[in-house]
Amino acid sequence: MPPGRRHDVSWSRPILIWIPSAGTPPHASGIASHLVAFAAELRCEGVNSGTAELLDAVAVLEQVSWTEPQDFREGLAATLAKSQEDRRIFELVFERFFFRAAETAAIVESITEGSAGGAAGGEGADVDLETLRQQIAAALREGSEGAMRDLARLAIAAFGRAGPGSGVVGVDVQRIRRQLGLRSEPQPDLPAEDPRRDGVPRDALRHFESLLRRELQRGKIERTQTLPPSRPLSELDRALPSGPLQDLAAVHRVVAQLKRRLKTQGQETRGHRRHAHVDVRRTMRASLQTGGVPVSLRFKPQRPRRPEIYVLCDVSTSVTSASVFFLSVLHALHDSFRKMRSFVFIERISEVTDVFDRERDFRAVSEAIGRDAGVADVSGYTDYGRVWSEFRALVEDDLHPRATVIVLGDARTNGRDPRADIFAEVAARAGRTFWLNPEPRLYWNYGDSVIATYEQHCQAFECWTTNQLEDFVKALTRPVHAA
Amino acid sequence: MAAASDNGAGAAAASVSALAAGLREAGYLPGASTALVSFLATRLGKPILVEGPAGVGKTELAKALSKVLDRRLVRLQCYEGLDEAKALYEWNYRKQLLRIQAESQDTGWDEVQDDIFGEEFLLSRPLMDAITSEQPIVLLIDEIDKTDQEFEAMLLELLSDFQISIPELGRIEARSHPVVLLTSNNSRELTEALKRRCLYLWLDYPELEHELEIVRLHAPELQETIARRLVEIVGMVRDLDLKKPPSIAESIDWARTLLLLGAQDIDRAVFEETLSVIVKHRTDMDLVAERVGVKLVGQRAAAP
Repeated sequence: MPPGRRHDVSWSRPILIWIPSAGTPPHASGIASHLVAFAAELRCEGVNSGTAELLDAVAVLEQVSWTEPQDFREGLAATLAKSQEDRRIFELVFERFFFRAAETAAIVESITEGSAGGAAGGEGADVDLETLRQQIAAALREGSEGAMRDLARLAIAAFGRAGPGSGVVGVDVQRIRRQLGLRSEPQPDLPAEDPRRDGVPRDALRHFESLLRRELQRGKIERTQTLPPSRPLSELDRALPSGPLQDLAAVHRVVAQLKRRLKTQGQETRGHRRHAHVDVRRTMRASLQTGGVPVSLRFKPQRPRRPEIYVLCDVSTSVTSASVFFLSVLHALHDSFRKMRSFVFIERISEVTDVFDRERDFRAVSEAIGRDAGVADVSGYTDYGRVWSEFRALVEDDLHPRATVIVLGDARTNGRDPRADIFAEVAARAGRTFWLNPEPRLYWNYGDSVIATYEQHCQAFECWTTNQLEDFVKALTRPVHAA
Repeated sequence: MAAASDNGAGAAAASVSALAAGLREAGYLPGASTALVSFLATRLGKPILVEGPAGVGKTELAKALSKVLDRRLVRLQCYEGLDEAKALYEWNYRKQLLRIQAESQDTGWDEVQDDIFGEEFLLSRPLMDAITSEQPIVLLIDEIDKTDQEFEAMLLELLSDFQISIPELGRIEARSHPVVLLTSNNSRELTEALKRRCLYLWLDYPELEHELEIVRLHAPELQETIARRLVEIVGMVRDLDLKKPPSIAESIDWARTLLLLGAQDIDRAVFEETLSVIVKHRTDMDLVAERVGVKLVGQRAAAP
């Protein structure tokens, strides 16, 4: 399927009516239309689920009872989501799609929890708030699904209506979480028997928050009798996790994918000229089997291109949030390319290739760089001019037309001389020069950003989401024509 | 496909739970989705693409399935440079040459030509074996990501129609419907065309309780407390950023090692002596000893 196809799928959006609690199995075509709509939504989010997958999914539903939520979900996932990345999107879309479908049905059938909800609210008021806090924390530690769901409803009944709701679901969720005193870090000042003392498992906490969000949304829909408009998965869900408190594991996941792609892309170009060179020696040897008749030809294997890469990484404060990510990209690149030299810079430049060779652990690497690199002199502000001249002195003799130079930085010179002339010289010596800028293009060349002067000599990419990073990787592994 | 689902599976594959029970009996503890996807594969006659890190039991799943379904396992181990001649079939050139040389002068050309491209001169390789087998079988294509993309393309005909075309002989169709498993360590992206033909199953490192069960199944003499401790430590080790995190197979090996040594508890000394069973890289060993070993001492000191 051509990549553009997934945008024109408006033909497949029937009205959704989905009643999970109905006693009789729905007509087969009913389920099929839901599936078509579901697959269309998956496609909108970038999962490549074609007609063949859809047919399989329908076939699966003949084998799996749709009243078993777990089997239903796994069965669909096995046929529709064919990589881990797809699976992640599948989970998000699945939640969204079937939650909305169920709520639509509830509105159509005008089912509310009015009476039942009132009773639960009355009980909730009686429950001692401190006991509730402890119960929830205990349930989170044990991770029992059913108990968590019930407790989420109780918590909303107890705390959610205590103050005025903000009307924004996310804000309410955080308010309730704070009132429950749930934190993932240990809280040593609590009494020893309190289950929150050692901290609540992070995954369980996240799960509980999603349950809260769901219940709040359901309540809101019930009050207003309308569904909020369906939102595409925000770009944020896929963006590079670049906040200061970012999850290192999330960065690593992105980088692992990058690594895999780097490997694959080397191979894509490998097949093209495969039959160019016959390996005479190996062909002769093979012909011994067939009495000296060279029946099967042997070819010289084509070696993938192994470019030499020089990476310069800005680690100053203005790019703090991005530099953790950049360092881990460096880390990953080191695994894929043997001929690679890394440098970090702020005011001065320092080579850190051997740090990456020596240390496996990412944390150790970043600590070692912070300790030994000695790149900040006095002010801690980036001085691009000085960096270029030092870089030129370091690698002048080694640069050659097959080398690739990658700069990771925001090109903010703090009012100092950018010395684009030296940069131009470096770029001229190297085969290719790339610049990855962690700022959105909108902010380029505002304030002290001088990316425009550098951009004349290199290809500049904005790089703050995974998609942008992929674009860059494609450019990096594309074969060079001029050599 | 309906005919295949009728004769393809015995009583063991009557339902998801029956298949799960069968796998357990065969010594494989399946996760929820594993049993389900295997069941779907036997019913729909589709291949399963199993992905996941090394050593989570991808190959074991195929072996267990062959036991449960009571079918022969045909295994094709993939590697870089694997081609049709080694996977599908090859003409037996030497025998063909002999045949030609043994021919007397007056035999006609047509006769010889027909002769030497007969089934007698065909060397069948694993995939051909799988297709021509009289009995239904389980076909395992191991580490498909190690092969070239061309080989993947060659598999497409086999995986969707269960047939092989040989130019000289014509089409050979499967006599029975095999259950096919492809495994991949994810070292490269597989083509969309291949993925489209398969059901997808991602196997990850198991949850703590699940792994404990697996360890206890394979080393039943090990004390419950030690087994639990062992699984917890392996979990901690996996959380570190290692070159090669320990697999399930290595947890089992470690359990057996501890049994052999008659260890009563996993303290720091025992841990460091037997570390090489679960960690296989020099740099990893240092890291693990530094991070996990230290914790062990702390725990031992805390206990009276």
